[in-house]
Amino acid sequence: MRILVQSDPFDVAAETEGFAQGHENVGALVSFTGIVRNNDAGTLKSMQIEHYPGMTEKALAKIATEAQSRWDLQDVLVIHRHGDLVPGEKIMMVATAARHRKAAFEAADYLMDYLKSRAPFWKREITSDGAEWVAAKEDDEEALNRW
Amino acid sequence: MQVLYFAWVRERIGLPKETLESSASTVMELVEELRAREERYAVAFSDLSALRVALDQDLSDFDASLEGVREVAFFPPMTGG
Repeated sequence: MRILVQSDPFDVAAETEGFAQGHENVGALVSFTGIVRNNDAGTLKSMQIEHYPGMTEKALAKIATEAQSRWDLQDVLVIHRHGDLVPGEKIMMVATAARHRKAAFEAADYLMDYLKSRAPFWKREITSDGAEWVAAKEDDEEALNRW
Repeated sequence: MQVLYFAWVRERIGLPKETLESSASTVMELVEELRAREERYAVAFSDLSALRVALDQDLSDFDASLEGVREVAFFPPMTGG
């Protein structure tokens, strides 16, 4: 398991390649990358991501451990950034390695659902109109009921 | 105990953390103590359905006991990913 919480950018290709190494019984690797999307009006200047140092790492490890207990996974990777990001920048990535694709896909989906509403990050959008905290979506909370 | 605030809770209260002497035995009692202190706390804690609480860095709830707890954090619903 590899959990990274950092303000620096990360290299998706290098992380994915490194993650796949050394696992002879891995038949499937799924990765997801989250990117800062501009709003419909195109006015987003930056996305500020605040987090709770200490609890963030603990919550991510707990989510990843739960995924490992539910699916037959060989490894899990979670990288999440904090600080100021601009549209187009990568915010986070998850990757899962498993013997078979179904477990890898499902576990990655599970990780994303839990990262959305159970990891202590808060997004704030800075636009030409000012700054606003992003409200949590009810859909994101309901998505947890799938699991 | 240490009390931490994040996102708009931090902004409304005006500080990221503080050390408190409290006799509260549950999170709810601590919230009542804070609400009674000053208007900015009353405003931040006006709608508990918009707040989450963590005890020693684990998500908890407002009915939970504070016995042995060293760190309490209040924040809005999380928006990771």
